[in-house]
Amino acid sequence: MSNEILSVKNIRKIYESSGGGYGRKNTVSALDGVSFNLVQGETLGIVGESGCGKSTLGRIISRLDSPTAGEIIYKGNDIAKKSLAEMRPLRKEIQFIFQDPYASLNPRRQIGAIIEEPMRIHGVSKEERRTRAHDLLEKVGLDKNSYEKYPHEFSGGQRQRVVIARALTLKPELIIADEPVSALDVSIQAQVLNLFKELQDEMELTYIFVAHDLGVVRHISDRIAVMYLGKIVELGSVEEIYNNPQHPYTKALLSANPRIDQSAKSTRQILTGDIPSPLSRPSGCSFHTRCPIAVPECSTREPDLRRIGAVDVACNLVV
Amino acid sequence: MAEKLLEVKNLCVSFKTRKGVVRAVNNLSFSINHGEVLGIVGESGSGKSVSMSAVMGLIKDENAEVTGEVLFNGEDLLKKSDEELRAIRGKDIAMVFQDPMTALTPVYTIGWHIREQLQLHSNISDKDAKARAIELLEEVGIPDPAKRVNQYPHEFSGGMRQRAIIAMALSLNPKLLIADEPTTALDVTIQAQILDLLERLRKTHDSSIIIITHDMGVISELSSEVLVMYAGRMVERSTKSSLFAYPQHPYTKGLMNSVPRVDRARTSRLETISGQPASLLNLPSGCAFRSRCSSAHAACTEQPVFTADSNGYGAACFLLIEGARS
Repeated sequence: MSNEILSVKNIRKIYESSGGGYGRKNTVSALDGVSFNLVQGETLGIVGESGCGKSTLGRIISRLDSPTAGEIIYKGNDIAKKSLAEMRPLRKEIQFIFQDPYASLNPRRQIGAIIEEPMRIHGVSKEERRTRAHDLLEKVGLDKNSYEKYPHEFSGGQRQRVVIARALTLKPELIIADEPVSALDVSIQAQVLNLFKELQDEMELTYIFVAHDLGVVRHISDRIAVMYLGKIVELGSVEEIYNNPQHPYTKALLSANPRIDQSAKSTRQILTGDIPSPLSRPSGCSFHTRCPIAVPECSTREPDLRRIGAVDVACNLVV
Repeated sequence: MAEKLLEVKNLCVSFKTRKGVVRAVNNLSFSINHGEVLGIVGESGSGKSVSMSAVMGLIKDENAEVTGEVLFNGEDLLKKSDEELRAIRGKDIAMVFQDPMTALTPVYTIGWHIREQLQLHSNISDKDAKARAIELLEEVGIPDPAKRVNQYPHEFSGGMRQRAIIAMALSLNPKLLIADEPTTALDVTIQAQILDLLERLRKTHDSSIIIITHDMGVISELSSEVLVMYAGRMVERSTKSSLFAYPQHPYTKGLMNSVPRVDRARTSRLETISGQPASLLNLPSGCAFRSRCSSAHAACTEQPVFTADSNGYGAACFLLIEGARS
């Protein structure tokens, strides 16, 4: 594809912990062979439950962390093994937005200084920094006099707007947002989601949107990757994933989501058991311990992500 | 009516702070019958958790002022001494908190937690208490309860801890269970298990449940009646079905439209409620929602009265009063 911005190939991430005792090491396989492509201007939603590796994936693509193996092709160059210094010019183009707007703003600095910092690092002149900061404040819907205020004077939703403004200062192309609205109240969440969409249309941004809220992800995304224990189990367009899910985990996840409209209530499918720990991942298909349709073969054969109809699915039983 | 289990009348909670008086709960009145599930929904700072802490008599701060009546089986809980309350808390009214990670003492076993609860309220031997604890863990769906009862909280996952806490809460067959955001800290598939468990237990134990949440979906799954709070006041009360089909208060409408819903067609924009939630430190005069409301008009500078029908369903908004008149 001509306008492909990112191609992730077979990313693996293994963390080592010293928790084994007597000098033994435990290894946690946080990501186990994740691959996908991203086209300029689209939004890929990544959903999954705690421990599925969705945040790790976001951190690795933005190179806040390094993969153990695999390639991250950003605009034709593999950035998976680039050093910090080599990454620096690219940071302009790839920006990250964190979940907690209370922890990601320095409480002792004025909003103006916070927003200007990335530009200062990348050598933008003082006057231009100031004009751009003011423009951005306006763009994200904050008052111009916010420039001289401090983070504590703002509510959670306003802080997240500041964080977004800061991420936009260097005219990025790819924004990776890790649960950017989950700390916000519902009425504020809607405002921030709308802002994400407006900015995308205006600045042709590409988003990777990591979240656990199925409603939020559906609203913002063009395509969705469903993750379970370090793997993508299903990948497809929003319509396909929500209207015609193929993987049993996707089905269960959607059916577990509490629905406001109870009149259309279909039989709810409730998964038994807990999410296994990535420390002791089940053999074969890692979902087989909770899967309602698992057969003995699933505990030995690990399914690959392959195209079935309109989506990519990793399940031995879906044909 | 005799069947009312809990009746709260004109409950007000305020806190004196250095910046002024925070009116956390204002004139809250509602009741719940036997076997009913009442959902309380609202955003941060709407007073939903504080009002339930007041009902449980858990607000002890010297800067706090609690007024009104909390009638539980006809007796006013606010007039009771700590000792009398202790006999009721845990036994007749139990509470499940949001965060299962902090609600258990890490240095004691799960079994100890349940045993303590049982032995505090009844004369029961260690052996019987332990047997009962195993029974309860089994009832809430914890696999291998005989082994699990001797384990410590850190050996349990989040969902299992919440189950253990629910087992504790149910150990003495309380008449009322107050659950404050019981599934907010949990993953979706685990949340579905816990909601299912609460519903099943309500049926078998015949308890009433008050569930506090910000999630309209959770409310919809579990409760039969819903109370919507904004800035310390009840703005709407309704049955679940009519609330979702015909929300009356502009805030309820706004809240429902701003949730991205899986069961509706996708829209390019979400409807939003403009502005920020009202600050409890300096509430605007009149209706607190006025500054964010698209239908606000001159009359809204006065506090609207809660207009209710004979069942107590209704809303606090001038539009409804005016609509009824014309």
